[in-house]
Amino acid sequence: MSTPERIGTIREAINEALHEEMQRDPAIILMGEDVGLAGGVFKITNGLLTAFGPERVYDTPIAEAGIVGLAVGAAMTGLRPIVEIMFSDFTTLASDQIVNQAAKLRYMTAGQTTVPMVVRTAMGAGRRAAAQHSQSLQAWYCHIPGLKVVMPSTPADAKGLLKSAIRDDNPVIFMEDKMMYNQKGTIPSGDYTLPLGKARVHREGRHAVVVSTSSMLYPALEAADLLAKDGIEIMVIDPRTLSPLDTDTLIQAAKETGHALIVDEGYQSFGVTAEIAARIQEGAFDYLDEPVRRLGALDVPVPFAPSLEDLTIPNAAQIVELVKEMLA
Amino acid sequence: MTQSAALISPPDLSQIPIETLSDMYRRMVTIRKFEETVYDVYSRGIMPGLAHLYTGMEAVAVGVCINLRPTDNITSTHRGHGHLLAKGGEPKRMFAELLGKAAGYNHGKGGSMHIVDLSLGILGANGIVAGGMGIAAGAALSAKVRREDRVSVAFFGDGALNEGLFYETANMASLWQLPVVYVMENNTYGEYTSTARSTAGSAPARAEAMGIPAICVDGNDVQAVYGAARWAIAEARAGNGPRFVECQTYRWRGHHMGDQGDTYGYRTQAEIEEWMKKDPIPRFGQRLIDGGRTDTATLAAIDAEVQQDITDAVEFAKQAPYPDSSEVYKHVYA
Repeated sequence: MSTPERIGTIREAINEALHEEMQRDPAIILMGEDVGLAGGVFKITNGLLTAFGPERVYDTPIAEAGIVGLAVGAAMTGLRPIVEIMFSDFTTLASDQIVNQAAKLRYMTAGQTTVPMVVRTAMGAGRRAAAQHSQSLQAWYCHIPGLKVVMPSTPADAKGLLKSAIRDDNPVIFMEDKMMYNQKGTIPSGDYTLPLGKARVHREGRHAVVVSTSSMLYPALEAADLLAKDGIEIMVIDPRTLSPLDTDTLIQAAKETGHALIVDEGYQSFGVTAEIAARIQEGAFDYLDEPVRRLGALDVPVPFAPSLEDLTIPNAAQIVELVKEMLA
Repeated sequence: MTQSAALISPPDLSQIPIETLSDMYRRMVTIRKFEETVYDVYSRGIMPGLAHLYTGMEAVAVGVCINLRPTDNITSTHRGHGHLLAKGGEPKRMFAELLGKAAGYNHGKGGSMHIVDLSLGILGANGIVAGGMGIAAGAALSAKVRREDRVSVAFFGDGALNEGLFYETANMASLWQLPVVYVMENNTYGEYTSTARSTAGSAPARAEAMGIPAICVDGNDVQAVYGAARWAIAEARAGNGPRFVECQTYRWRGHHMGDQGDTYGYRTQAEIEEWMKKDPIPRFGQRLIDGGRTDTATLAAIDAEVQQDITDAVEFAKQAPYPDSSEVYKHVYA
């Protein structure tokens, strides 16, 4: 623990951030299904009940709207709740409390109240979990003014962004790709925070920019390696937070390269890829050699059969193909 | 089981200080005159948006809130003016909010259904049926965790009783023994459908099934509501967990301003008139006079003072400026 940084998983990074933040601020409570005794279905909250006791860590009934509802009321009256909703698909059950209550109270009351809370939830396909346990609904929450939406892709980002989300005075939807929990990387020790709304350039390149969100970083980096063999150098940028979005950095990258592809695991139609593509086209139109391309999940409910599910998730081969098409 | 009548029988009038009795009467009259002025202002096209009036239900809000401290919390509903006034809301700032003016509680950005005053413990009216129930229980959770002596009251209607959020949050409130009092205003209709046609079984029994002691009182009798709420709030404050109070009452003015009299055909004019005979305000006033606690002239003086306050408030709101256009971008994020 005392080493300046260590190699660990995203699971460990999130767990470490939760421990450190709850240690730092007694106003933080944790609520969710099975988050206490069992340490959460994905074992993200392991050890927190032991460390902080039942007044800070609540094993709740299976009642998503109720959990978020209590969190909103607690946040308005002095606590800083962190809620775990097991699968992002289940946030639909809590959507009134997130969309109509948490997101709007500050605005509707002209700033009389703030709702400092974090909803952590596991998203993403690939787990062979079928259509109700696999969705990536970030676009839904990005659509709502008053919410922030954060999607880390590395252990360091997971730790730094979660700490900032917890300290933020707004309701934050923190989306964790369940297929990345074992992803390894550096975990900076101690009080490591990252600003919300700042993109990270993972790889420099002059021919095109690929903007990838959450776990889509990894097929994007794989594609970059493959393309490099053909002499094509792509820049890879992870916005890290979708709301607020670091539009300036994305536009600048598009201006420098003249070609942009957006990859996100939400459904392609009316999704994150569309919004980012529109912003880039508005900000970099004169610099673009090609229309901005988009790659989202197939517009189908996520199927169970592994052979079918894999068809719905963006992959490195598709990124390579689209980049080559743009540059042709 | 339902609490015995003896346990919650209304306190004898002679045991309630005259200041409290006067205050109850004044608050009920304030709500009535406020709402009837809203009716007038709305009918003349001065007020935009929607208005759901509390007229006829004054005894519920007042009978409950008279037992609360400024630090206690309430959550309210789309029919919230009565709760806010009973908890101490200022008619001037409320009227300004109703007219969309900058001087309103929410700078005109919330309107009739969203007024909040944290300094009075008012965590908000709410445009979503049952939407405030999580907030009430959450405020009670924070009171418990932060060791603050605060009780939360969730006002809701018979319609909200059939929303899932009630069961999700009341279950947790009971499990964790949170200081919440559920005050159900059974005003006989949820929108245009009667409670009889929408609600199976008994409301208190639903609460009791979750281990929450419950009672049902005449919601047009402020003394009865006062007694029931005093019991429920004291129990919650003592750490004995949530309580549930059903108050049976009636809204004279329909679901909203577009629903007057029998326009929608779901109720009759005769039924409305029958309930108007049970008007909680003269009923309480007469009881005070009969009990020798006040006289007609004193009550008339209160009526006149309140009328002046309300007239001043609406005049203030009419004259107040609309918000500057820059306000539209403010307060989206902290």
